[in-house]
Amino acid sequence: MTQAASETRDGLLVGLFVTCLVDLFRPSIGFAAIKLLEDAGAKVEVPASQTCCGQPAYNSGDRADAKTIARQVVETFERFDYVVAPSGSCAGMLKAHYPELLADDPAFASRACALAAKSFELTSFLVEVLGVAEIESSFAREVTYHDSCSSLRELEVRDAPRLLLASIGGLRLSEMEEREVCCGFGGTFSVKYPDIANAIVEAKVRNIARTGATCVLSGDLGCLLHIAGKLAREELAIECRHVAEVLAGMTEAPAIGQARKMG
Amino acid sequence: MSAPDQGRAAVLSRVRAALVVSGAEGTRAAAVEDRLRRHPRGTIPARALQSPEACIELLEAMLASQGAKVTRATTPEDAVRAVAWALRAHDLPLCFRMGTDPVLGTLPWDAAPELERRFGAAEAEDRAALSRAVAAAAETGTLFLISGADNPTTLSFLPEAHTILIRSSDIVGCYEEAFDLLRALFGAGTLPRTVNMISGPSRTADIEQTIVRGAHGPKHLHVVIVG
Amino acid sequence: MAGASEDASPQTFKQGAARALADAKLQRALLNVKRGFIVKRALARSKLPEFDRLRDEARAIKDHTLQHLDLYLEAYERKVIESGGQVHFAPTAGHARDIVLRLCKGAGAKLVTKGKSMVSEEIGLNAHLEAGGIEVAETDLGEHIIQIRGEAPSHIIAPVIHLNKEEIAEDFARAHGGLPKERPLGSVQDLVAEARAVLREKFIAADVGITGANLLVAETGSSIIVTNEGNGDLTETLPRLHIVIASIEKIVPTLEDACTILRLLARSGTGQEITSYTTFATGPRRRGDPDGPRSYHVVLLDNGRSEMLGGDFQDMLRCIRCGACLNHCPVYGTIGGHAYGSLYPGPMGAVLTPALAGIDHARDLPNASSFCGRCEEVCPMAIPLPSLMRKWRERDFERGDPPLAQRFALKLWAFAAKRPLLYHALGRAVAPLLARLAGAQGRFRSLPFAGAWTGTRDLPAPEGKTFHALYAERRRSRDR
Repeated sequence: MTQAASETRDGLLVGLFVTCLVDLFRPSIGFAAIKLLEDAGAKVEVPASQTCCGQPAYNSGDRADAKTIARQVVETFERFDYVVAPSGSCAGMLKAHYPELLADDPAFASRACALAAKSFELTSFLVEVLGVAEIESSFAREVTYHDSCSSLRELEVRDAPRLLLASIGGLRLSEMEEREVCCGFGGTFSVKYPDIANAIVEAKVRNIARTGATCVLSGDLGCLLHIAGKLAREELAIECRHVAEVLAGMTEAPAIGQARKMG
Repeated sequence: MSAPDQGRAAVLSRVRAALVVSGAEGTRAAAVEDRLRRHPRGTIPARALQSPEACIELLEAMLASQGAKVTRATTPEDAVRAVAWALRAHDLPLCFRMGTDPVLGTLPWDAAPELERRFGAAEAEDRAALSRAVAAAAETGTLFLISGADNPTTLSFLPEAHTILIRSSDIVGCYEEAFDLLRALFGAGTLPRTVNMISGPSRTADIEQTIVRGAHGPKHLHVVIVG
Repeated sequence: MAGASEDASPQTFKQGAARALADAKLQRALLNVKRGFIVKRALARSKLPEFDRLRDEARAIKDHTLQHLDLYLEAYERKVIESGGQVHFAPTAGHARDIVLRLCKGAGAKLVTKGKSMVSEEIGLNAHLEAGGIEVAETDLGEHIIQIRGEAPSHIIAPVIHLNKEEIAEDFARAHGGLPKERPLGSVQDLVAEARAVLREKFIAADVGITGANLLVAETGSSIIVTNEGNGDLTETLPRLHIVIASIEKIVPTLEDACTILRLLARSGTGQEITSYTTFATGPRRRGDPDGPRSYHVVLLDNGRSEMLGGDFQDMLRCIRCGACLNHCPVYGTIGGHAYGSLYPGPMGAVLTPALAGIDHARDLPNASSFCGRCEEVCPMAIPLPSLMRKWRERDFERGDPPLAQRFALKLWAFAAKRPLLYHALGRAVAPLLARLAGAQGRFRSLPFAGAWTGTRDLPAPEGKTFHALYAERRRSRDR
């Protein structure tokens, strides 16, 4: 860790934006995010009144609801030094879209910009703001990494997760072909146009399988649910995990969509 | 108002309504007039800003990679022999069409007396033609040919083999320099009837993305750099 | 308006997409798009370090031009007239068709050759000319093939990317009359050679040549065509009348502005640094010209562009029809162009078609996108395509048009999302329920109301309590 980074760390208050998918489908990602942030010296709070970033409404053309939800998010999170989400998609919503969405609301326009400036996807926050360059953890597997479209194109997050994964003991990263191509999730797109989404994820799964990796990681649970669902339907024995879980060393639990003990 | 005038008025008034302007605004007119008069350049690629010799090399390399054959002829005699060679290389009759270009006309044609030259615009049966480019831009191996009796446009498109001669002193780095040359020759705010920027032989990849030469224009493009 | 949107209604789009997905030949052909154009564009961009800066400049040029479009149109018109040509303004497709037919009839035309022109297809020109007793010969190889097939192009720069050579050989055998039956048509070379010979006759016999224009230059009154085949040049040089048909947003101010955009066009579309032929045509032949048309007419088409100007979709008018967005789109890459049911497919079509044909006739196009953003990333004119598609979705939503079931589900979600207590209570109830329903498997092979997903993919199940429930529990036990 750099000198400058350790100086900024003290007293740094991070609001965790859990994301609705993590909340509903795989809470361990949220706990992994908290561990990573706290280990790196940040103080983390999880405001209870958060729900969703509003993307489903926004992308469906329901601008009114998207704005209402956005205002809620601004109000809930603006008191923090930073807002961090274990998701490029949700971080992208806050960072790239909230300013435009609330631009014509005089009570919120500048607040949305202020929030956008301090909103981050998890791995890029760890690397670029907290100055984390390596993490003591191990995961002795051959993995491949799927970059979500939002991470790549809204946030330009590409190197951060790879930098951190490079420090994980035993982990071998094999990049897939057509790395920057969509997985076909696209939120409601995956159910509005299921056949097209399926064709796109089929191609993604083929590329994943060709790497020889036994595990695919990503910073976005939406993509992971889609990819895991297709891998399972194709009966391919490739696991899906969120990059936060691997970095935080929380990999004993079953992978996404895999068999688990009940009770 | 006649129908054409109505159409014109309709389109222009819709455009003005969309832009919320009257069309009489002085500042707008000045901005347009200024840009047209000054025609400012954008970013010129660094590869076009090299020495003249480097530009010639770049021109050669680009043309070669784009499917043209390039010959450097140090003397006018060599140039004439290169023209003959270009025909032989493709088993073509030693006969070609050219225009009244004075530079081409004063080449030492007796250095290849076997060549038969015909003049004028290309005819359907012509299998080979020779033109001269007034300029070439090294940045993408692009030759500038202009219409007229000197180098009729059809010479560049009807025959299956086309040879273009360019003087090394006419090779510039970027397209803009070539257009400035044309402005000097023909005046500002105008161009000859046709300016062809030619960078390779005719080709198509429409069928199965497979590249085939000679789709409609020449199969073979030969460029002779003189001097 | 004919042509621009045959029918991109929900039924047709989904059916078209399903057909395309099941078409193994098409799927193989689409792989060529990915391997070819995508790789080549990336290579071309890497060889031109100034690419991104040029992109910014190109965007600025177009924005400036659009802001002054009326004045540049007038300046352009003056220059065309000065060089001996004529300009006709066509507010609608119908006007344009009539002008072109009138010009052809005035020239006593029996045969017209055509260079590739999307705008001419947009206005349904060929059918109109043919109804007027004029033979129309498309000369671009791809356009010639779809003409003899009676089909629409499937890609704006590579019209027959969906066909293989065997299919084309069949078409040639059928359509090119008077040729020996046993002639070789097995290789791509054979096919190109035959097309060259067949179309050569048309070039020479044509009375009128019609081309589009990639760009129009106001400074000189020139029209620019960018080709590899040379067919556009033979079309505009040999006949006695050359007609250019172009939409009004094709104008750029100066030759330098054209150069900036030309540096981006081929690189973005095919990955070539430049095409074999980039041709500037300015007026009819001059005194002393031994070849060239004796008259030169430009038809400037509005047909909905002025509607887009000054509004939400103005940025779309920067489009230079390079095709990069199609090439990089994961949706286009799996369903091809015909499934869109529109002349303009892919991301640019998803924005342009509703603007020209109305959102009612093209609803699926802006909706069938995962917003991956690759189109915007590769667009040489920096058009914010996903944002423009989203704007169409907003317009659609305001009119109450998305399917009821979808609206209901979304409204339900939004209702809860705006009420944190309710949201978390619902989550606390539903997540463990679904976890139990999925059982030890941890995922659903099928699930009521989720058939759209589970038809082709398993759905990982929620794993038990929600994060917020667990977090609250852990805090409580920590505070104890």
